[in-house]
Amino acid sequence: MSKQKYKWVGTRPDRPDGADKVTGRARFGADFNMPGQLIGKVLRSPHAHARIKSIDTSAAEKLPGVKAVVTSKDFPEQPNLVVPAGEMQVNLRDITRNVMAREKVLYESHPVAAVAATTDSIASAALALIKVEYEVLPHVIDVAEAMKDGAPLLHDHLITEGVKPVPTKASNIAKRIDNLKGDIDAGFKQAEIVVERDYTTQPVHQGYIEPHACLASMAEDGQVQLWSTTQGHFQVRGFCSRLLNIETSQIRVTPTEIGGGFGGKTVVYLEPVAVILSKKSGKPVKMVMSRDEVFRASGPAPGGTVHVKIGAKKDGTIVAAECTIALQAGAFPGSPVAPACWTSFACYDIPNIKVVGYDVVSNRPKVAAYRAPGAPISAWGVESTVDILAQELRMDPIDLRLKNAAKKGTKTSYGPVFDTIGFVETLQAAKNSAHYKSKPKPGMARGVAAGFWFNVGADSSAAAHVAEDGTVTVISGNPDIGGSRASLALMAAEELGVDYSKVRPVIADTSSIGFNFVTGGSRVTFATGLAVVNSVRDMVRELKVRAAKTWGVDPEGVIWENGCAKPAGSNVGEFEPLSLAQLAATAGKTGGPINGHNQLNAQGAGPGFGVHIVDLAVDRDTGIVEIGRYTALQDVGTAIHPSYVEGQMQGGAVQGIGWALNEEYIYNAKGKLDNAGFLDYRMPVASDLPMIETIIVEVPNPHHPYGVRGVGEVPIVPPLATVGNAIARATGVRMTELPMSPPRVSAALDEATPRMAAE
Amino acid sequence: MNGIEYSAPRTIDEAVGALVAAKGAGRILAGGTDLLVQMRAGFVKPGSIIVDIKKIAEMTTIEDKGGGSFKFGAAVSGMQLHDHPTFKKAWPGVLEAINLIGSKQIQGRASAGGNLCNASPAADSVPALVAAGAIVTVQGPKGRREVAVEKIPAGPGRMTLEPGEIVVSFTLPARPAGSSDAYLRLIPRTEMDIAVVGCGVNLTMKGGTCTAARVSLGAVAPTVLLVEAAGKALVGSKLDAEALEAAAAACRAVCKPIDDKRGTIVYRTKIAGVLCKRATTIAAQRAGKK
Ligand SMILES: Cc1cc2nc3c(=O)[nH]c(=O)nc-3n(C[C@H](O)[C@H](O)[C@H](O)COP(=O)(O)OP(=O)(O)OC[C@H]3O[C@@H](n4cnc5c(N)ncnc54)[C@H](O)[C@@H]3O)c2cc1C
Repeated sequence: MSKQKYKWVGTRPDRPDGADKVTGRARFGADFNMPGQLIGKVLRSPHAHARIKSIDTSAAEKLPGVKAVVTSKDFPEQPNLVVPAGEMQVNLRDITRNVMAREKVLYESHPVAAVAATTDSIASAALALIKVEYEVLPHVIDVAEAMKDGAPLLHDHLITEGVKPVPTKASNIAKRIDNLKGDIDAGFKQAEIVVERDYTTQPVHQGYIEPHACLASMAEDGQVQLWSTTQGHFQVRGFCSRLLNIETSQIRVTPTEIGGGFGGKTVVYLEPVAVILSKKSGKPVKMVMSRDEVFRASGPAPGGTVHVKIGAKKDGTIVAAECTIALQAGAFPGSPVAPACWTSFACYDIPNIKVVGYDVVSNRPKVAAYRAPGAPISAWGVESTVDILAQELRMDPIDLRLKNAAKKGTKTSYGPVFDTIGFVETLQAAKNSAHYKSKPKPGMARGVAAGFWFNVGADSSAAAHVAEDGTVTVISGNPDIGGSRASLALMAAEELGVDYSKVRPVIADTSSIGFNFVTGGSRVTFATGLAVVNSVRDMVRELKVRAAKTWGVDPEGVIWENGCAKPAGSNVGEFEPLSLAQLAATAGKTGGPINGHNQLNAQGAGPGFGVHIVDLAVDRDTGIVEIGRYTALQDVGTAIHPSYVEGQMQGGAVQGIGWALNEEYIYNAKGKLDNAGFLDYRMPVASDLPMIETIIVEVPNPHHPYGVRGVGEVPIVPPLATVGNAIARATGVRMTELPMSPPRVSAALDEATPRMAAE
Repeated sequence: MNGIEYSAPRTIDEAVGALVAAKGAGRILAGGTDLLVQMRAGFVKPGSIIVDIKKIAEMTTIEDKGGGSFKFGAAVSGMQLHDHPTFKKAWPGVLEAINLIGSKQIQGRASAGGNLCNASPAADSVPALVAAGAIVTVQGPKGRREVAVEKIPAGPGRMTLEPGEIVVSFTLPARPAGSSDAYLRLIPRTEMDIAVVGCGVNLTMKGGTCTAARVSLGAVAPTVLLVEAAGKALVGSKLDAEALEAAAAACRAVCKPIDDKRGTIVYRTKIAGVLCKRATTIAAQRAGKK
């Protein structure tokens, strides 16, 4: 790889939003207020599954201070139509029912009504006055149970898609998908060794620190202003427009700073409710979820089951691979089972692949995207199985992966053929890392696993403006979650040849910039970055025109270099370079303001690959796992701002470790969540983990001017199996159920001990 | 809506008087690390009368009575005990149990009295205090009385205190040379969690033999337990593997835990034995195995 030298790209300046965030000046979702605002609150279902027989809101409406009460009657019915929401798809008919239950409540805490009142306590009192008559129905939580004949049905109309002949009876299986490559039976016939296992995972919550919050104001003329903590204010606008039959351009959504989303803030919960409450009351309405509501009624990522079968030659060449994945969609169809299927074997160049996926509904909150939706679940199964194969073949786990690694030209099971990718480079970097070359400390064992994510492109718009003094504003429309302002400003500074401090990036509301798809899919630095680069190039083209005018030459005779217009050659004439500041100062005389614009549908997102290494110890008496050392490696294309790239790798790894070790939704017999809080929903705390080491691998994406791939999702894919593989090597016991919590590990070790003693 | 009343009396008599006058609506406020959380969650209803005891000297004082005996007020914070010049050497197990509560910020406020009177079976300081043989001084409308600490909890969220009674102080007994103690808890994470099992051990070693031992378990039954059989299994032994296993078996035998989000019955029972062995070993090492 010949590395280009950049002045700004690859440096680590402070982020433009940093000072505001560390001083508390930054305003998050719950920090927005308007004069005369009301407080909105949601009445939620106490049952996991019930028919709503009646709702009586009359007593609540009479309570002094209550200004509006809404139920599903206030939301227009929606067609059976699937539209994109972040990295997932949602059905409008379903989403309006998720925002406000209609015929049935389908999970505990499903919204059934909402009120707006002058104070928080009046709103709470009003909720208590709403009478809902339920007919409680049998419920089903577990995905395997939900798939059985005779399981309680969530939707009478749900006929499994993707199977022939088309079933005549409704079931909880919304969809089956199939990916095939080669001839799976012929492949397994060539195999000299076959490894086959079943795995399960539990749902996990994205765990963003900031609960959902918004402030909505609908004026008498029908114009709507909305402030929301979201990963996609254009999506919020779109959903509110669709769900409430309001023309899109009547709604102006301003994204607040966002305290984490990880995919969970790509959908709407409160916003349409707040708008309707505002419409009915004529006042601004503010709504903020409690942590309890966040856990019970937003997110999570699905749990599921994964069956994996891999056949290989004795030299480690994988000849056939099969995988069946069933994911919980929650109350409505639409789990990320498709990406779970597509990513399952994407790391490997395998001639014969069969992948089957099932999307299954059950009485849990509707799942939302979470960092590389679906991929960690299939990778947990596949990467554990690959590790077993390495153990059985007595091969180094990195060598086995190198032998089968996908590379440029590899055809995936889901269709596309990879262009330039960096999996081999990442595996080699892992092998050459100080961590992998060291011996694990006494008592520690090592695990390795890999992971893949597509990364996406999609729609972005951007603009660049030169101010009168020659400083620059870069305007885009993606909420900054992982440091994207800094990355966009760095690329703009690089393009323009000016100092980073002269470029201010801002995030515009939905009415101030063209459409932008969500901050998700690891797309912003790639796709919006491309739009920013193009808008700066558009501005540079205009700057050259202005210089040409100033000099009385042809625009083709002007080049842009180091922040200045210069004559392209001596044949153009002898002119002193014109700086951005000089050109800005004379802009009025040369044609007015100097701006650049770009809008695109970004193609050519570069797939990302990661390899993680852990050293850990297992306390055999207690089942407690202690992480001693952890290294995350990843091909990121180009690290525009390496600190924020490392931050993504570390954050993803930590969330994956939490998923592996302790996080899970625990339901009681009545289908109610038992651990709706951070005390008993155990995300890792700082003292649980060592500093996560990172190694950035850079194999530039040929489809981006700076080689950007996308970073934020890959790092949550490998940790589940990385940890599981190390536990297997530490104890001799292969864990196949997540989380690998102390009681589970302890039980597995106890169960294995007599057997191991006998062997 | 009526608000919440607050008072901060200077004497225990006044505090008791305020509680009696409140007729059941009174709530003692020590560090507030349980109470304020409960108020925020809406468990403490408007109309409550909060009686802050941190202005009462006897409840915030630590007294070294010599020979290892200490008396400390029920509202003394974890950090106050941590910073005391002689407490740590005398009662390392009690101190580590109290200092496990929460975090640095919580330690600045949280008290052993509050931990005991919150009446959680998983309270961290209680097993250590029970193992230590702490005596609690209680004052109420009928005057003062002294009671063994293990007699205070009655079940989750319930105590044996009479209406109007306040826990005033803890007294730890004098111990012979060669004595020490230890507390261990198991949590799935490394901090900010609630004990799945807690175990306190207090013992005396003489010439390599254990001459006295008290073992206590938390989070395995509706109240913290004093496991007399475990202590007996240790006394007279050299704390060899057999004696440790006998004590562990005694611990497992008394467990009546529940299956819940924090652990299974099987797991909690097993861990009770594991922690008993480990805490015994640590306490013996601290005692110098003399
Ligand atoms: C973040 C966090 C972490 C925590 N971690 C732990 C932990 O690791 N382990 C653990 O055991 N606990 C933990 N707790 C719970 C709590 O901190 C402890 O129980 C603490 O010891 C309570 O003491 P306090 O002085 O704050 O009690 P307060 O909140 O003031 O009082 C607690 C209860 O006891 C009553 N009370 C207090 N003093 C007396 C008295 N003298 N006489 C009669 N009644 C009285 C009060 O009325 C109240 O009902 C944690 C709490 C938080 C918020």
